[in-house]
Amino acid sequence: MKIAVCVKQVPDTWAEKKLSDSDNTLDRASVEAVMNELDEYAVEEALLISEANDGEVVAVSMGPERAEETVRKALQMGADSGIHIHDESLKGSDALATSLVLAEVLKDRGFDLIIFGSESTDARMSVVPAMVAERLGRPQLTFANKVDVDGGTVKIQRLTDYGYDEVEGASPAVVSVVEKINEPRYPSFKGIMAAKKKPIETVALAESGIDAGQVGLGAAWSEVASAAPRPPKAAGVKIDDEGAGGSKIAEFLSEQKFI
Amino acid sequence: MSEVLVLVETADGAVKKVSLELLTLARGIGQPAAVVAEAGIDPASLAEYGAETIYVAEAAELNNYVVGPKVDLLAQLVAEKSPAAVLIPSTAEGKEIAGRLAVRANSGVITDAVAIAADGTATQSIFGGSIIVESKVSTGTPIITVRPNSSPAEPAPAAGTVVPVQVELSDGSTAAKVTNRVVAEQGGRPELAEAAVVVSGGRGVGGEDGFGVIEALADSLGAAVGASRAATDAGWYPHQYQVGQTGKTVSPNLYIANGISGAIQHRAGMQTSKTIVVVNKDPEAPIFELADFGVVGDLFSVVPQLTDEIKTRQG
Ligand SMILES: Cc1cc2nc3c(=O)[nH]c(=O)nc-3n(C[C@H](O)[C@H](O)[C@H](O)COP(=O)(O)OP(=O)(O)OC[C@H]3O[C@@H](n4cnc5c(N)ncnc54)[C@H](O)[C@@H]3O)c2cc1C
Ligand SMILES: Nc1ncnc2c1ncn2[C@@H]1O[C@H](COP(=O)(O)O)[C@@H](O)[C@H]1O
Repeated sequence: MKIAVCVKQVPDTWAEKKLSDSDNTLDRASVEAVMNELDEYAVEEALLISEANDGEVVAVSMGPERAEETVRKALQMGADSGIHIHDESLKGSDALATSLVLAEVLKDRGFDLIIFGSESTDARMSVVPAMVAERLGRPQLTFANKVDVDGGTVKIQRLTDYGYDEVEGASPAVVSVVEKINEPRYPSFKGIMAAKKKPIETVALAESGIDAGQVGLGAAWSEVASAAPRPPKAAGVKIDDEGAGGSKIAEFLSEQKFI
Repeated sequence: MSEVLVLVETADGAVKKVSLELLTLARGIGQPAAVVAEAGIDPASLAEYGAETIYVAEAAELNNYVVGPKVDLLAQLVAEKSPAAVLIPSTAEGKEIAGRLAVRANSGVITDAVAIAADGTATQSIFGGSIIVESKVSTGTPIITVRPNSSPAEPAPAAGTVVPVQVELSDGSTAAKVTNRVVAEQGGRPELAEAAVVVSGGRGVGGEDGFGVIEALADSLGAAVGASRAATDAGWYPHQYQVGQTGKTVSPNLYIANGISGAIQHRAGMQTSKTIVVVNKDPEAPIFELADFGVVGDLFSVVPQLTDEIKTRQG
C-alpha cells in the first residue's frame, strides 16, 4: 500500500504573525517555521496504516526552500521518502492553486491513500483536502476521527457539527484527519539518523505539467485589498473573588443588558 | 438585478438562523435566492427573510454522500443563473462545499467572512482576530462562506417562489458514501455556533460532574455549552462542543469562560466574541487578556452564585 501524506510548513503557532507590507502575504521570513501541528497527526496515521499493511509512506510538501525541513521532519518520524514541490512561481499561491499543484503531482504516482491534516494553522481554510478530492474525482473522506482500511475500501468516522457520520469510499481515497485520531510520535534518535539518508525528490513546477500562470500570487482568484490590525479593545475589569464574585458578574451582565 | 444564491442550512428539518443571516446579507449584494437541498423544509421563514426565489432539490439521495451532491446542485445553479455571488455558512462542511464549488465553477473563494459590502468585498478577521482583512474575489463567481452570528437576521418579506430543481449527480460526488449518521443529543440548548450566549468549561471544571454547574449557568441564560479541548479529550463533554482551532468557531454576544487557561488554539475559536467574561483561579491565566470582566476565583463558588443571582434578577 502506497500512502502520500501532505505536510505544510507554517509559522510557529505561538509566534506573533504579521503580513508583509509589500503584498499582504504572510511574512514567513520573520517567524520560526514548523510542521503544521495538525499534519503531525496525518503523518502518524499514515505510519500506523502503513505499518499495519506493509506499506510505504511518502511525505509531500509544497513550499519555499526551507519547507524541506518539514519533509525531513516527516522522514524523521518514519516516512520512507519525500517530495518537495518548490518553485519561485508558487509564492503566494491560494488554496485553489495549492490543491491544483498537489493533485497534479500526486495523481499518477499510484497512491492508494492521500492523507492530509484537517487544517493549516496559518491559512485556516480547511479546504485543500476537499479541493484535491474534487480535482481527482476520488472519495472525500475528511475530518476523520478513525480510519479503517479494508482491502480496497476505506472507512472513516467523519466528525460533524451534530456528532459523526460513518463514511466509506473506494481507494484511492483522499483522507483528512482531526487531532483526536491519534498521538503523534516524536522522532527517535534512530529516526533522526535514518532520515538523513532518505531520499527527497524536488519537483519544479514545469515537471508537474502546470503553467506558471496558473499559480502564485498573480493567479490568485481573490485579492486582499487591505489589512489592518484590529483596533485595540479597551482593557477589561479584573477583580478577586472575595465571596461576591458571582454577584459582581451578574451586576456587570445586567449593566450590559444581558440579563 | 442578479441573484445571490444562499445555501440553506437546516437541522432537524428546520431552517437554521445562519441561513436567515445570510439572506439578510445577500440583499445588500443582489436579489436573494435560497437553495435548499432537502425535502420537507418549510419555505415560510426563507420568504420572510427576503428570498425572492427558493430553489429546492428534494432527492433523498442528496444527503447520502459527503459534500459532493450539494456542490453539484450549486454548480448547476451557478451555470444556469450566473449569480452575483454564492453565500454559504462557514461551518466545516460549508467551507468544503465552497472549496469544491470554487474548483468546479472556476471561481475564487473566501472563507470565514464576517461582513460583505455591496461590491462583494468581504471582511475577514484573521490570526485569532488580531488583523482585519478586506478581500475580494477577482475571478468567476464570488463564493463566500460567512460565519454564523456575524450579522443580524432582519425580516424583509419577499415572494419566496419555490422552484424545484433536478440535480445530476456527478461520479466524483457519489464516491464517498454516508453509511450511518449519528446525531448527538442537543439537550434542548441552542446550537453552539449559532448561540447568542456561550458558557464554556475547561480542565478547571475537574470532571464530567463538574459540567453540571456550567450547564446550570448556561440554562439560566438560555445559552449553549462549550468546552476546551482539555475537557473534550478527557471525555467530560462531547467533542462537538469543543471551541477552538480544531473545534467550532463561535462569535456570540457573550462568552463566559470557566476554568479555561486561554491557550492560543482555544482563543482562535472564541476571540471574536463581543463580550467576554472569565472565571479562573489563576490570576496569570492568559484568558484574562481577553476579558471584559474577569473574576479571579474558584469557579465552584463563583459560578453557582452567578446562576442564583441571574435567577433572582430574572424573577
Ligand atoms: C493541534 C492542536 C489543536 C488544538 N485545538 C484546540 C481547540 O480547538 N480548542 C481548545 O480549547 N484547545 C485546543 N488545543 C489545546 C490547547 O493547546 C490547550 O491544551 C487547551 O485549550 C487547554 O484547555 P484548558 O484551558 O481547559 O486547560 P488548562 O490549560 O489546563 O487550563 C485549566 C485552567 O483552569 C483553571 N482552574 C483550575 N481549577 C479551577 C477552579 N476550580 N476554578 C477556576 N479555575 C480553575 C486553571 O487555573 C487553568 O487556567 C489544541 C492543541 C493542539 C496541539
Ligand atoms: N503547501 C502545502 N503543502 C502540502 N500540504 C498542504 C499545503 N497546504 C495545505 N496542505 C494540506 O492541506 C491541509 C489543509 O490545509 P488548509 O486547507 O490550508 O487549511 C493541511 O493540513 C495539509 O495537510
